[in-house]
Amino acid sequence: MTTSSDSAARHPDAASRVTVSRGPWATAVGRILRQPSAIIALVVLALIIAATAAAPIYAEYVSRTNPFATALSAKIWLDGQEVLVIQPVTEGLGLGTIPIGPTWGPQYLVGSDSLGRDVMARILYGGQNSLFIAGIATTISLVFALLVGLCAGFFGGIVDTVLTRLLDVVWAFPVFLLATSLSVVTIGRSFDFGLFEIRADSIIIPVLIIGIVNIPYIARPVRAQTIQVRQSEFVTAARGIGVPSWRILLIDVVPNVLPILIVFAPITVAISMILESSLSFLSIGVQAPESSWGTIIRENQPLLYSRPWTTLAPGLAIVLTVVMLNLLGDVVRDAFDPRMKQED
Amino acid sequence: MLRFVLFRLMQMIFIMTGLSMVVFLIFFATPGIDPAANIAGRGASEEVLAAVRESFGLDRPLPIQYLSMMKRMLIDQDLTSFSNRSYQVLPAILNSLPVTFSVAFGTAVIWVSVSIAFGTAAALTRGKLTDKLLMTIGLIGISMPVFWVASVANLFTQHRYQDSWLFSWVPPLGYVPLSEDPGSWALHLIIPWITGSILYIGLYSRLLRSSLVEVYHEDFIRTARAKGLSETRILFRHALRTAMLPFVSLLGLDLGALIAGNTLIVELLFGLPGLGMLTFRALQSLDLPFMMTTIMYGSFFVVLLNTLVDLLYAFLDPRVKDARRN
Repeated sequence: MTTSSDSAARHPDAASRVTVSRGPWATAVGRILRQPSAIIALVVLALIIAATAAAPIYAEYVSRTNPFATALSAKIWLDGQEVLVIQPVTEGLGLGTIPIGPTWGPQYLVGSDSLGRDVMARILYGGQNSLFIAGIATTISLVFALLVGLCAGFFGGIVDTVLTRLLDVVWAFPVFLLATSLSVVTIGRSFDFGLFEIRADSIIIPVLIIGIVNIPYIARPVRAQTIQVRQSEFVTAARGIGVPSWRILLIDVVPNVLPILIVFAPITVAISMILESSLSFLSIGVQAPESSWGTIIRENQPLLYSRPWTTLAPGLAIVLTVVMLNLLGDVVRDAFDPRMKQED
Repeated sequence: MLRFVLFRLMQMIFIMTGLSMVVFLIFFATPGIDPAANIAGRGASEEVLAAVRESFGLDRPLPIQYLSMMKRMLIDQDLTSFSNRSYQVLPAILNSLPVTFSVAFGTAVIWVSVSIAFGTAAALTRGKLTDKLLMTIGLIGISMPVFWVASVANLFTQHRYQDSWLFSWVPPLGYVPLSEDPGSWALHLIIPWITGSILYIGLYSRLLRSSLVEVYHEDFIRTARAKGLSETRILFRHALRTAMLPFVSLLGLDLGALIAGNTLIVELLFGLPGLGMLTFRALQSLDLPFMMTTIMYGSFFVVLLNTLVDLLYAFLDPRVKDARRN
């Protein structure tokens, strides 16, 4: 993939046909921003991030509750009446209590959980963790996949054999089972690495696990692309004029491999988010007192039949976010696909 | 062909060995993990821990522990649970396999047939309303966490609309063996099957659509048209056959992973006592021999199905076979 301005210079005909001659990066960005679905996805994702960032404001001024403290005897004003958040059951035998359902008003918008906490406020706070974990885990996956893929593809030989065989083994380990196994052995354990310490309830543990299990899926295409670039004529030419290996790696190989990482970025965030919520749902992901969309769904599972909105709402938050990420992922993939040339 | 099969078998053995080591290291060599403390329970004294270590052979070097566990798993086949030493691992797994096979089989049938229909319909109506509608469904399908879909499915079929005509046929959660009552077996599994297949329908119909669209640009399709073949024949004999290649190669991986334990969430939420549920119970109680074996069994299917798919691939695409012969 040499820059298109080079080829335009060599072929004057091509230059006159193409009105603006741009590099592959500018072309891709232009393609992405021309798609309405990409704009929608970016705007909605920005709104979701802004909403979760505004969680403290929501809790303080709108729901006026502390979403982390139990409030079993709290009361709120509803239609001019003061009502209990945790109400005694009146139907049937009249035993036990049931939290207030969706008010569709500022307080307890989608209802309360069994401890009297505002679920909507918890969703906003939990979203911070869900987004943070998915984002950082993806960064880890991409960086390590780049390193592994480049080493295996560029140096070849024994390095390649060892790394690809290792990836083969991890490949045979279903992602979900690998993540579950790693979570189970690390859960409730703190790690002391001398310089820094990871607390048992830290969200760094799920971040690392999710980041690690996704590496092989990105490292394989990175390796394949690296091999292709290494065998290309311009690399042979560079070697011929005596360019050192590290320079070829940095100047020729890395820029040609980066589009793969960019294409994988949005969908890896989406996959990480689903994986995090699944682990948290199985109570081996995010640990209390931290919360995420997955843990909120788990906590409210006993209320599934009586107060379904406490489960539906956090699930819809996940679905909306992941749909937007996948939508963005589709556009980004097409934008970097050299076969899709129709509009340029 | 024989050489290819033998080569794949060797590769299978290699991957399985590597995998068993990875699993063993995860559970026995993660820093800070002490299987003995887990068996002995909370606050056990040093003497008790030492006794437990000796009794379970945990005081021996790791390679010896690994080899003896593999020997008990594969040769003696008398591996027992850590928490209950009269509870044999192998029979428990064999008992749970039919449940997991039932779940995976139905899920795969629904996912393959629906995604072929969706993918083909979308590719043939490219850019039109049907295409956009189907691809939107696919996009939403791949964006929903399975545990949430299962929760919602339970909410609707077990509670909210259980009384209505729509879902009154849905039996309570649980499993009925196929040999006992085939009708009841299917009725109990329909909702889990649909729940489990939604994600894959999304993935595979999108995949098939894009590869079909690509294939329709190929020269051999133009040639087929020029020969005067009917559109139906072009679709089924030429386009679909080529477009199915990536579909089939992914199918092996996903089907293997499904049997290996990706049915875990579906099994848990619908109360089906399969391999996934067994794995999860073992994971919760950190029962190391149990986990090792269930995961090994699961990955065996992943590797096996992968090998089968490679063979099928060679059959579908003659170029692969030719390349291997050289």
